[in-house]
Amino acid sequence: MELFSLGIRSIFIDNMVFAYFLGMCSFLAVSKKVSTAIGLGAAVIFVLTVTVPVNWLLNEYVLKEGALSWVMADLASVDLSFLRFIMFIAIIAAMVQLVEMVVEKFAPALYGALGIFLPLIAVNCAILGGSLFMAQRDYTLAESAVYGFGSGTGFCLAIVALAAIREKLKYSNVPNGLKGLGITMLLTGLMGMAFMSFMGIDL
Amino acid sequence: MSAETIEKAIVKKPAEAFLSKRRKKLVTDPLVDENPITIQVLGICSALAVTTQLKPTLVMAISVIFVVAMSNFVISLMRNTIPARVRIIVQLAVVATLVTLVSEVLKAFAYDMYKELSVFVGLIITNCIVMGRLEAFALGNKPYDSVLDGLGSALGYSWIILTVAFFRELWGSGSVFGLPVFDTISGIFGPDFKLATNGLMVSPVGAFIILGLIIWVQRTKTGYVEH
Repeated sequence: MELFSLGIRSIFIDNMVFAYFLGMCSFLAVSKKVSTAIGLGAAVIFVLTVTVPVNWLLNEYVLKEGALSWVMADLASVDLSFLRFIMFIAIIAAMVQLVEMVVEKFAPALYGALGIFLPLIAVNCAILGGSLFMAQRDYTLAESAVYGFGSGTGFCLAIVALAAIREKLKYSNVPNGLKGLGITMLLTGLMGMAFMSFMGIDL
Repeated sequence: MSAETIEKAIVKKPAEAFLSKRRKKLVTDPLVDENPITIQVLGICSALAVTTQLKPTLVMAISVIFVVAMSNFVISLMRNTIPARVRIIVQLAVVATLVTLVSEVLKAFAYDMYKELSVFVGLIITNCIVMGRLEAFALGNKPYDSVLDGLGSALGYSWIILTVAFFRELWGSGSVFGLPVFDTISGIFGPDFKLATNGLMVSPVGAFIILGLIIWVQRTKTGYVEH
């Protein structure tokens, strides 16, 4: 039950886009069509669900203060947490590459759909942000898997919703200075307001 | 051949001025006409979250200026030795090292600020401005020019997020850099004249809307239209 409410919370209340501004670059750039937005959203769910637990293992058994004590008792005082950024980003880049190869081999249809988005994801702030939040909040392994999946789903939901609105917006007469990025920011603000109403839910 | 022409041939081409017109343009262009946030739509990712107050925003802006300028410099020095296939990983490693440096310095000398910025210092790594400038400029230009280009982009980014933070702090908390402006005003004009703060400005929604309005004003002024 704890895990379930963590999942709900990471999808709706602590939404990656509306609450933490993570993944804004691709959120704004790839939200012109619903079909591409779904592709990117699915890739983000996939990669977050994989990388957050893997980074949890890395953090728990290598980087944390005293984490190396399972190797040798002498190493119990070693604190490698300053290496967190560089290790997390290396794991993410490697995992994205790996995921790309696995998907290409075993699910060519999915690869065709996700193809161009997978490499882009290595530098998506939502992915690194997910891992950093996991380390900061001291999640357990199960929690980090649920958190990865939930925040990925939250991102997917947000980008697909925005793409749907922007498709309709093509037919509207927007003032010249607001066209494109300007109106999209205002729209994101309005959507954020709608998502704020989830905060009242007590989980 | 007269002596004059020989002399001319020997004289080296004068080195480009330290701040020539072209180099000044590298710094000034990204401030308005090529602004990374309002025109190129880069780097909105990690920074908006810190703009509820001016102080953390200033720290964030300084960190980004340092990281962009330094990473441009380092990558530009290495540009002829990096194999094209692995350049993304090399870039990420350089940027991550610089960000780790910033984060350790903050941890040592400004621990409160480090706590307040939490994960967002680390997220400078994935700030699209950094990677964008490395890919578009540092890989093909000399070190000094690259530093100037990085400075320009980072300054263009900084003034936008500082503007957002100014309005968010003023309307959301009624203060500027922690100085209670609203309280002072109502102190001067008496208790009847009370300025109310708006909770929406503190929430993320305020940042989106203020940034949207800034983009509107800026694009109307420069006449830039997105199609």
